[in-house]
Amino acid sequence: MPGQRDQTGKKLGMWLFLFTEIILFGALFVLYAVYFSWYPKDFILGAKELDLGFGVINTVILLISSFLVAASITAVQNDQRHIALAALAGAQVCGAVFLVNKYFEWGHKIEIGIYPGSERLLDGPAPQNLFFGLYYVVTGLHGIHIGIGMVLLAVSLVLVFCRRITAENDVVLDNCGLYWHLVDLIWIFIFPLFYLVV
Amino acid sequence: METVASFYETPEPARFTGIWSWLLTLDHKRIGLMYLFAILFWFLLAVLLGGVLRLELMFPGETILSPGLYNSAFTLHGVIMIFLFIIPALPAIFGNFFLPIHIGADDVYFPKLNLLSWYLYMAGGGIAIFSLFSDGFADTGWTFYVPFSISTNTNVSTTVFAAFVLGFSSMLTGLNFITTVHKMRDRAMGWLQIPLFTWSLYATAWVQLLATPIIAITLVLVMIERFFNVGLFDPARGGDPILYQHLFWMYSHPAVYIMILPGMGVISEIIPVFARKSIFGYKAIVGSSLAIAIAGSLVWAHHMYTSGMSDTAVFVFSLLTYVVAIPSAIKVFSWVATLYKGAIEMTPPLFFSLCFIYLFSVGGLTGLVLGAAGANIHVHDTHFVVAHFHFTMFGGTGFAFFAALHYWWPKMFGRMYDFKKAYIAAILVTGGFMFHYVPMFILGLQGMPRRYYDYLPQYANGNFFAGFGALFMILGIGLMVANLLVSLSRPRNAGPDPWGGVTLEWTIPSPPPVHNFVRPPEIMAYPYDFSGVTDRSAQRPKGE
Repeated sequence: MPGQRDQTGKKLGMWLFLFTEIILFGALFVLYAVYFSWYPKDFILGAKELDLGFGVINTVILLISSFLVAASITAVQNDQRHIALAALAGAQVCGAVFLVNKYFEWGHKIEIGIYPGSERLLDGPAPQNLFFGLYYVVTGLHGIHIGIGMVLLAVSLVLVFCRRITAENDVVLDNCGLYWHLVDLIWIFIFPLFYLVV
Repeated sequence: METVASFYETPEPARFTGIWSWLLTLDHKRIGLMYLFAILFWFLLAVLLGGVLRLELMFPGETILSPGLYNSAFTLHGVIMIFLFIIPALPAIFGNFFLPIHIGADDVYFPKLNLLSWYLYMAGGGIAIFSLFSDGFADTGWTFYVPFSISTNTNVSTTVFAAFVLGFSSMLTGLNFITTVHKMRDRAMGWLQIPLFTWSLYATAWVQLLATPIIAITLVLVMIERFFNVGLFDPARGGDPILYQHLFWMYSHPAVYIMILPGMGVISEIIPVFARKSIFGYKAIVGSSLAIAIAGSLVWAHHMYTSGMSDTAVFVFSLLTYVVAIPSAIKVFSWVATLYKGAIEMTPPLFFSLCFIYLFSVGGLTGLVLGAAGANIHVHDTHFVVAHFHFTMFGGTGFAFFAALHYWWPKMFGRMYDFKKAYIAAILVTGGFMFHYVPMFILGLQGMPRRYYDYLPQYANGNFFAGFGALFMILGIGLMVANLLVSLSRPRNAGPDPWGGVTLEWTIPSPPPVHNFVRPPEIMAYPYDFSGVTDRSAQRPKGE
């Protein structure tokens, strides 16, 4: 008996998976919400320590990358393979720049003695320890997701290059794109919560 | 019915042979069977561990386990039973095998993901074993409560990671089932023509999908705390350990419905078949499955009445807990009403189902004692809780699992087992069960706490009786499994429909062919129409 598989099921599966990602981060946002409601002043002081410039640049970079991924899907559907490849490569570069920025941002924080278990956090006011603890956990987990997203985009890039992703069969690219948009979306929530609460 | 080669003879994909035709199979039926044997192994191991625990408790003082070892042993018993047995048992074995058949499909929507889930399951089990031999298994209980889980020296990180991997397996199975039900269902089958077991799996799958990520991140946080000492739950550094409990139960209470809903589905399949009567309240059962899935996700804090919560919160969670009892009771009434005036034919699966109804009702009603905020304070963390959740989890899901084994065994293997031994085993297990857990209710009311390796002299009698009951139970389980396994050496003579069932799995050969249906399935207007079914007991092979 033939199965009734069609492409829409693959998208449904991806959306279901994205729900799980939202809930994964949702639990962390719950922690944030509770602690923020208890210690709003300390969270604001903590946020002032963060470098707004890095945050803004990374937000812009991710928005551009999301545009590029969306563009690559449109390009594939219009059989413009070279544009699709260029857009995916561009998104890849954006992801890499984001992570490099993150590296410098974390590096700077660690340099001035702000990291889990550092003397400055242990001796300072307890709620600030929570703020930076959450900062490292949330942005760290998000960074890992950026990494996973880059791997997915790289796979899509290769598949477009080998003509395995085409206008008729673009569900893999579509799903990888959905994942990338979700990771961006989560950043859109992280950015104001950590950088803009001041 | 024409003879066709079963899925045992036809590997899928066809290029693999021998052991690879199992390890790399994409056939949902083979994957279901691989789950069956892995899960049986873990179940029996954890049963024996439970027996050892009760043996330690049979007499006061330290007898066979040291206090530390006792802590690790009950943690191991809990982790195996929860994460490696009850959560996967019904969906992963019977769901995998029968969900696609129930909806007239040839497989699940994502067969490769299905195989991946099995490997994640095996990997999770492997990691749990590994943690046993490196620094000792966690001694925190399966709840991994902070701050103890962060400060203890045993290997909590590895144990927690095992649970994380197993969670992934469960989540992907849920994702697969939802997509399969939506996209692979026969076009002629509307939502209210789906068999109730599949309905219950569908409701369960949503809970698996939406609740499991919370435990995933919570367990990751435990690992992060152990490795980096961030202090998110450390009161000395501003954190709140009770928040951990909230996050933990936000998954783990819905998880008990992940455990019980498929069990209720099994019972809803079995009762009408052996009452030869359409199920009473099909729509009510479907609705109550969904209601349990939704309301069950909103009651997590009833595990935490004594942890520190506002009175308002206690009131709300207590009320919601009572609300969940309503859909559960609707199901029990529907099953009993189905039996009423039915042409009942007693068989081992029905016998187990009847035991289920009784034991689960006791478990459910004592759950209300615990859900009531006032009564809860008295029995919180006592043996009363232990008895309650064993009545629901073992008396409920465990017995549904036994019933499912006996109901679908002839379909999965094409062989009938010996009824007499099955009945003896069922009576041993049920009798032992009562002897084992009823004393615990009394011990709990008298104030004996759970999770202690020793107790005051006044609790000696109850503990002695409980240990005695455990022995009968273990004997019964051993006999039951042996009886089923022995049947595998018999000829395949069960026939396509030994029971007189009418859902789609009984219209195809036993064991089923590789693509399930030889010709397109005929979808009935109503899935429990027994008007064409005649008495099967005369021509059924007795398995002697």
